Amino acid sequence: MSAHVAVIGAGPGGYAAAFYAADLGMKVTLIDNEKNPGGVCLYRGCIPSKALLHVAKLLEESKHAKEWGIEFGDAKVDIDKLRDFKNRVVEKLTSGTGQVSKFRKVNYIQGWASLIDPKTIKVKKGDATEEIVTVDYMILALGSLPTKIPSLSINSPRVLDSTGALDLPEIPKSMLVIGGGYIGLELGSVYAALGTKVSVVEMTPGLLPGADRDLVKFLAQRVEKTFEKVMVSTKVTSMKASDRDVTVNFEGEGAPKQAVYDYVLVSIGRRPNAKIDGLDRTKVKVNDKGFIETDGQRRTAEPTIFAIGDVAGEPMLAHKASHEARVAIEAIEGQKAEFAPAAIPAVVFTDPEIAWAGLTEAEAEKQGLKVEVAKFPWPASGRAIAIDRVDGMTKLIIDPETERILGVGIAGSGAGELIAEGVVAIEMGATASDLKLSIHPHPTLTETLMEAAEVFFGQATHVYKPKKKS
Amino acid sequence: MSEFILPNLGDGVAQGDVLKVLVKVGDTLAVDQSVLELETDKATIEVPSDVAGKVTAINVKAGDKVKPGQSVLTLEGASGGNGASGAKAAKTEAPKQEAPKQEAPKAAAAQAPEEPDAPVEPVAPAERPKASVTNIATGRPAPPAPAPVPPPAAVSHVTSAPAAPSVRRLAREIGVDVSQVPGTGPGGRITQDDVKEFAKRVMNSLGGNGQAAAASGAGRAVGVGPALPDFAKWGEIERKPMTGIRRKTAEHLSHAWNAIPHVTQFDKADITALEQVRKKYRAEVEKAGGNLTVTAIAAKVIASALKVFPQFNASVDQAGESIVYKKYVNVGIAVDTENGLLVPVLRNVDQKNLIQLSVEINQLAEKAKARKLSLDEMSGGSMSISNLGGIGGTAFTPIVNWPEVAILGISRGGFEPVWNGKEFEPRQMLPLSLSYDHRLIDGADAIRFLRWVAEALENPFALTLRG
Repeated sequence: MSAHVAVIGAGPGGYAAAFYAADLGMKVTLIDNEKNPGGVCLYRGCIPSKALLHVAKLLEESKHAKEWGIEFGDAKVDIDKLRDFKNRVVEKLTSGTGQVSKFRKVNYIQGWASLIDPKTIKVKKGDATEEIVTVDYMILALGSLPTKIPSLSINSPRVLDSTGALDLPEIPKSMLVIGGGYIGLELGSVYAALGTKVSVVEMTPGLLPGADRDLVKFLAQRVEKTFEKVMVSTKVTSMKASDRDVTVNFEGEGAPKQAVYDYVLVSIGRRPNAKIDGLDRTKVKVNDKGFIETDGQRRTAEPTIFAIGDVAGEPMLAHKASHEARVAIEAIEGQKAEFAPAAIPAVVFTDPEIAWAGLTEAEAEKQGLKVEVAKFPWPASGRAIAIDRVDGMTKLIIDPETERILGVGIAGSGAGELIAEGVVAIEMGATASDLKLSIHPHPTLTETLMEAAEVFFGQATHVYKPKKKS
Repeated sequence: MSEFILPNLGDGVAQGDVLKVLVKVGDTLAVDQSVLELETDKATIEVPSDVAGKVTAINVKAGDKVKPGQSVLTLEGASGGNGASGAKAAKTEAPKQEAPKQEAPKAAAAQAPEEPDAPVEPVAPAERPKASVTNIATGRPAPPAPAPVPPPAAVSHVTSAPAAPSVRRLAREIGVDVSQVPGTGPGGRITQDDVKEFAKRVMNSLGGNGQAAAASGAGRAVGVGPALPDFAKWGEIERKPMTGIRRKTAEHLSHAWNAIPHVTQFDKADITALEQVRKKYRAEVEKAGGNLTVTAIAAKVIASALKVFPQFNASVDQAGESIVYKKYVNVGIAVDTENGLLVPVLRNVDQKNLIQLSVEINQLAEKAKARKLSLDEMSGGSMSISNLGGIGGTAFTPIVNWPEVAILGISRGGFEPVWNGKEFEPRQMLPLSLSYDHRLIDGADAIRFLRWVAEALENPFALTLRG
């Protein structure tokens, strides 16, 4: 008899767990309130935002083309058609996961789950019927929700969270983005490209708090041009919405006391969603930050219940969740699996993109680790010049003793794709020599990784920077 | 600012538990001054500083697990030491033993407050015996010549072992801690072969140098058995972590028991005459600082017996399909201490007289009780003796101290009626048990060996005659 595993929450963690369990021959039930597996990522997050960012990039490039002797005139945006395109992308992907789920004979139940005991789940379905599922193991992949703070929680169609902003109600004349993190900057970039005058307000002294300043610099420079106003070290003290607009009061240097915007997007972060009825009927523990506590196998304090993804801890990223999914399923199968990555890549899909993996310079400093940093500036890359996007940098964080690559950071066009090579290098324990000695295709931006390794040795073809004698 | 980095602790010692921090913030530290009391697998050692200066922060506390390469102290105005070379020794000799991320030096401020459990007493180097510490810590006495002030010692740290995900998975599956595996690749990268080699080595030599992560049988980690029941169901319980000595004893004896097909042979020696001789010479030995005990005499007898029966002074190399015969005669003496069982080794027993051996046994037992034995003093035995007679017992089956092949157990002696052909005579009889490795030693040889030992004890002159 194979084990019966129920996965609650069908985001990229949950459905990856369900599909893998099915592939290993387990009996699987997958529960989510959407029609198909996908979760926030596919329905209201990563995927729809990338569809819109793709369009935004095209719009920006068409403007940029003027400098290359090509003029398209002003772009005309049909917001309904654009919304359709985005919805089609979502539909295509989620119906795909739905089909793959069927092929694997996963028992997909659409509805709201609650726990009766550690091995019994009650699912309330749309038609008000209920179904009881009894299982051997459970995986909680409950995801996360946008953070709300009372002073900014105004019930008005003019005040959006990321979900509302992705619905593209209209192209506003002006919009304030509260929170200079990746969600606010990505969505702000979309609206800016569509013609909205976007302002962003961030409480800390810089955009993308926590990210490498060397990399953020490129994005900040760009945003200065494409956004109406960037207010850092500034707090929103109060907001008032009317039918037509939102009046916002600020506190901070360089910020107006008050300003009026058509819309406000609140993107101040996400919080884990550990609230499921009946959790108190299990031994599962939730920590003071709201995350479900797990061990290295993602097993909770209740031995038959696992937790993965956003609800199980930072970083709240889809690819972390999918990886944890496999660990948890392998643990259920009795393998000695462990969630122990050397690097979890993070990507900000703005233009330019920012991506990093492994150790950062700031983290190395905080831990007092001695590292060497090799930077390759993109103005020295033939491809970057050819595409007229020299606003970028590739940097490697290297252990001077072993010459091992401990971290990679990239800012620039397509950084999100380039970072994957960095992840493999870190995971494989590659040394700077390994990157240097691997032939990279010319002319591509991937060469910047190879040349950054050459910079470490003071021998980069396109950068003259002799290695300091130490 | 400078740092005192935990140097290499000796072959195969990957980590230790901090028992005590012997300095406090504000102390002026001298070269060679003891900084930490560490409990490693079997020995408690004091780690001397190789730098001098004023202590500004203590980066470890009692109870921490520490590894060579880890920062112990932050110092100000460091001078006259050889911190650079100390740090280097740790780096070059133990490149793979760097502290993992979670054990990286923590913020000095967070570590500075006094730990209630860690009485902090600055100790001048001369006030404490430093038995073997210098040897273990640096592999050599601290050089007296002052070196230039070292640059801020920053150990190179890595966030995880340099091994590909597939290699890390292999290690996990066979129960090997990948961070302990020495990498042979560039930059110390650990290959699949490195992991397999490490596992093989640990299996073959889970003795003095083996790590806990040994694999045995069908890829199962040692000590991992079926899950324990929930004892609390039946009443109150208390859970305490094993001490380093207990852990090591458990691993070592499990391995010995699993690796060696044991047989135990019993006999009795008539020591009536021996006891008279022993009483006669006891005072003379006492004057020299020793006790002329049955154990001391047994050690001398064993030394002679090992020369007559060389297969008892040997080890089995199963993997190499060979037998290692030892030309030296070292005898281990099991010592019962408050902290557990320790087996210091008497060296070259064949070349020493009973007075010398008695004095040495006393010294080693004292050291064992004070937890000052070095690893070196506990390895390299030919055969061991376990004398429980002082406590009692009529017989027992000792476990061979692998990789040795035999162990002599001694129980409590006493007067028994012995038939001398005409009548029962009261004779003082000493019960002996000989456990041996049946792979190498046949039963007939074992009883021949034990008879030889018994006869030597019965007639001390036999030693001089045949030994």
